[in-house]
Amino acid sequence: MQEAAVKQIKAPATRRNERSRRIWRNKWLYAMIAPGILYFIIFKYVPMFGLVIAFQDFKPFFGFTGSQWVGFKHFERLFTEPDFLNILSNTLILFGMNLLFYFPVPIILALMLNEVRINFLKRFFQSLVYLPHFLSWVIIVSISFVMLTMDGGIINELLVYFGFEKVNFLLSNSWFRPMYIIQVIWREAGWGTIIYLAAIASIDPQLYEAARMDGASRMRQVWHITLPAIRSVIIVLLILKIGDVLELGFEHVYLLLNSMNRDVAEIIDTYVYTAGVRQGQFSYSTAIGFFKSLVGLVLVMLANYLAKKMGEEGVY
Amino acid sequence: MIEDRTLSGRVFAFINYILLTIIALITVLPFVHVVAGSFTTSAEMAVKRFILIPTEWSIDAYRFIFSTNTIFRAMGVSVGVTLFGTIFSMLITSLMAYGLARRDLDGRKQIMFLVVFTMLFSGGLIPTFLVVKEMNLIDSYLALIVPSTISAFNLIILKNFFQNIPEGLEESAKIDGSSDIGILFRIVLPLSMPAIATLSLFYAVTYWNTYLSAILYLNDSAKWPIQVLLRQIVVLASGLESSAELDASVPPPEQTVKMAVIVVATLPILCVYPFLQKHFAKGAMLGSIKG
Repeated sequence: MQEAAVKQIKAPATRRNERSRRIWRNKWLYAMIAPGILYFIIFKYVPMFGLVIAFQDFKPFFGFTGSQWVGFKHFERLFTEPDFLNILSNTLILFGMNLLFYFPVPIILALMLNEVRINFLKRFFQSLVYLPHFLSWVIIVSISFVMLTMDGGIINELLVYFGFEKVNFLLSNSWFRPMYIIQVIWREAGWGTIIYLAAIASIDPQLYEAARMDGASRMRQVWHITLPAIRSVIIVLLILKIGDVLELGFEHVYLLLNSMNRDVAEIIDTYVYTAGVRQGQFSYSTAIGFFKSLVGLVLVMLANYLAKKMGEEGVY
Repeated sequence: MIEDRTLSGRVFAFINYILLTIIALITVLPFVHVVAGSFTTSAEMAVKRFILIPTEWSIDAYRFIFSTNTIFRAMGVSVGVTLFGTIFSMLITSLMAYGLARRDLDGRKQIMFLVVFTMLFSGGLIPTFLVVKEMNLIDSYLALIVPSTISAFNLIILKNFFQNIPEGLEESAKIDGSSDIGILFRIVLPLSMPAIATLSLFYAVTYWNTYLSAILYLNDSAKWPIQVLLRQIVVLASGLESSAELDASVPPPEQTVKMAVIVVATLPILCVYPFLQKHFAKGAMLGSIKG
């Protein structure tokens, strides 16, 4: 407060002087952040400006400046091509499944872990369920492949043992989505509990004591104390999740993708990779990527706005 | 918290333990199955008599995958990229985080905004690919490291951690004539070991698991890291075919070999996990999401 008042009294010229002197004094600090800033400029902001190639017929030989401008041609193609609508709906369906089937799992798991009263058991369960998060999608998909293959995979052997027919999980349209979501849950559900557990840890224990006095069962305590107490955390994470609407994990889907399940498994990310890097349609695939980034930005802003409207804090 | 000793409380606790045990088994059994499978003979694998514990033990699968240097080379690439990448990332991230944590740095709000904005919006795959290509990093190991030097998320966590260090410590060091870089390395970093350990683990795991950058930027299969090779072997089942000199020995069935490669690729993570896992739960909460 005082500082601000002093600043207002001082003449603008001396203020500017003082500021440049302060910047000069901190020159080594600026030198320290320079490499990081350079990184963000080169690998984050230059690509953002590189989005202009979505409005060009980009030829690597001519570069950004020499390629011909074509306006919204690629975007028009995007919305008229039946392929794209299919890919968009695949992406949205996977996102919906993520929200519906994955999102609640870490919450439930955190509540369950919180009810473990024996400390070393709790830690044991925690370190076990965190582990899959650190494995790459390649490893997780590989494990699934050796277990699910028709050619001696354990799951199919068990199906046969119990008198069922073998199922070709890996090459099937109908099994792709369940397989995807189960793998997401298997990898991320445990790690996802961390933030909820921290929020639960900060709940005042007196609330539980009071509830017990009133004869509330453990289930009721979870329902009426724990869950409402982590509501704001749930909403914040939901916003972040919605911002990631189109980030379904390129690697994961790409690894599961094959010519047999392409109809349901091709999502925006994998399509951008195939069309852009493999087939060299740089401009068209950049237009798709641009569309995706924009939708993501708008959605996260929207979710944030809605959360604030509902009286929650929001993230940004 | 006090244990609830009523009947309903006990039933509740009992059901909870049962469910958690089932979840723990679902997490662990696939690993056990794969490890067991990698240590069995081709004959036993062919009749599929077991799920978890093989009756005939064998290291044929490992002998097979280590009989050429393909796996060694890929592991070497991954270890190198992980080691150098982690050190490089931690260095650049700490320098930047320290600068941004200092309240007397003009423009830190604007810089923070630019950092956070990259988490919300990105140029996407193709423009980034073109930038890397323009820099002549294609088929260079640097392409696996430099384009992912800083994770904005890790940077914010570290900046928040640095901000919680009492300013008095830095002030007094400054009075003693320490430079900014001296303060960072002699005072701030030693006080931030839990955060440093956690974030190093995050970076190391990211580098070890690198797959997308490798398939984007490395055309030369001799430079592939283990993840790409693993995918070739397991998903496409073609990674070891080039090893012609192996025809003399009888190759075990694919299945055991695939499992052995999975075990080899997973092992380094399983090895560091117990040492670091006590840090990271705390570390992951350091920055929390609010920033």
